[in-house]
Amino acid sequence: MPKTVSTPMPARRPGRPRPADMVIGLFAVAVLALAVTFVDAARGVAAAGPALAERAKLVERLGLTDLVLFTEARYTRHPSQADRHAAFQDHPFAFEHFPSGALMTAPRPQGFR
Amino acid sequence: MRIWFNRQRALLDFALSSLRRRLGKTLGLLAVYTVIVAVLASVMLFSHALRREAALVLAGTPELLVQRLLAGRHDLIPGAYVDAIRGVRGVRAAEGRLWGYLFDPAAAANYTLMVPTDRKIAPGTVVVGSGVAAARAAAIGDTMSFRAYDGQLVPFKVQGVIDKDSALVAADLFLVSEADYRALFGLPPDRFTDIVVTVRNPREVRTVAEKIDAVLPDTRIILRDEILRTYESVFDWREGILLVLLAGAILAFAIFAWEKASGLSAEERREIGILKAVGWETADVIRLKTMEGMVVSAAAFLIGYLLAYLHVFHFGAALFEPVLKGWSTLYPEFHLTPFVDELQVATLFFFTVFPYTLATVVPIWRAAVVDPDQVMR
Repeated sequence: MPKTVSTPMPARRPGRPRPADMVIGLFAVAVLALAVTFVDAARGVAAAGPALAERAKLVERLGLTDLVLFTEARYTRHPSQADRHAAFQDHPFAFEHFPSGALMTAPRPQGFR
Repeated sequence: MRIWFNRQRALLDFALSSLRRRLGKTLGLLAVYTVIVAVLASVMLFSHALRREAALVLAGTPELLVQRLLAGRHDLIPGAYVDAIRGVRGVRAAEGRLWGYLFDPAAAANYTLMVPTDRKIAPGTVVVGSGVAAARAAAIGDTMSFRAYDGQLVPFKVQGVIDKDSALVAADLFLVSEADYRALFGLPPDRFTDIVVTVRNPREVRTVAEKIDAVLPDTRIILRDEILRTYESVFDWREGILLVLLAGAILAFAIFAWEKASGLSAEERREIGILKAVGWETADVIRLKTMEGMVVSAAAFLIGYLLAYLHVFHFGAALFEPVLKGWSTLYPEFHLTPFVDELQVATLFFFTVFPYTLATVVPIWRAAVVDPDQVMR
């Protein structure tokens, strides 16, 4: 910016902070808050360690295979155990009628054949 | 350094005054931009945390599962198959599992009925997941009755409730004794739902699976790796109707932002003309306008991301709940562990801040290189 040009800004009252300083301050606070989310996440993960281990142990003990996310149909409750042609397993021409069927993909081709 | 900083401060002052002149437009854009970033970041944080949690929790899922297929569908597996699998080299143990689904008309909910192998459950009693207990308002000592295959009423006394902390894997469990399970469905004693297999050497799982497949060709074998992969893909970022719907909103926003950023108003053209006429360099004008774009997009990113973090990890992803629940009556109440992928956050920053800023620069550059007199006219 050439030095000869005066900034066409309204004159500031003495003692009042510049808008740029206020915005820089607000951004600094927001960036700090962003950093705090990472610290909070790290603390949350550390605190959840025993509960996660307990869940994993329960899965191992009971031989569970899936998360309880969608309990409305058997192929959404146990996607890893569903028939090969899930989600259309009730009838070859049946349209998917459970909302959660639209949220998750049909199992990818797996196995040995 | 100080001169450079003061120069940037002066530029920022100027950029802010320019944004303030179009306060309504700027705030409107910032609000829409923030909402888009917040929703995108929520989907990203939610799906990443869920995938990580699934990978950690399901690490102990059965190494190898054998299902019997009949006419392309899952069928009950005969007890003789358990012995056949035990005879395969490399197999350490094979156990028949009994599990299935139980529809409860009183709560209009599906439960996962299971005979646990880690504990003995006395006939006539049941251990339920926290979701089942909540759906039926059942407590220890209460009785729940279900109609068996022959119409007989089978009562179950609630012996225990699985801790709420494990709701993500056990909310809908209904653990009963083998005798009750067989009585409920009229299952012959030599039939199982599927078979759990453990192998001697974990590196040979695939080879053992191939051997079982050769011995029992009418079976489908599910490896632990495949279960984990299923969960990696279930909430894949690119998939799902939520993102398809979001794609429409994102596209609409992209058009709106592009239109707003790239189409210069007459007032903005005049402003650029005046700046050039009073001696501003083209580079200064571009720097000024880039700063305007950066202020809006960086503010939208920071506010949007912070809102998303609070939404997903401190308010239980309340906005996604209706979508995830679908038609399920029984839905686990769980708080996700805040697994955050820094690379994903950086990618979100890059894709939300830079395109908008760049979109503002191109038309400014076009207007700024033209003769001021022509621009002002």
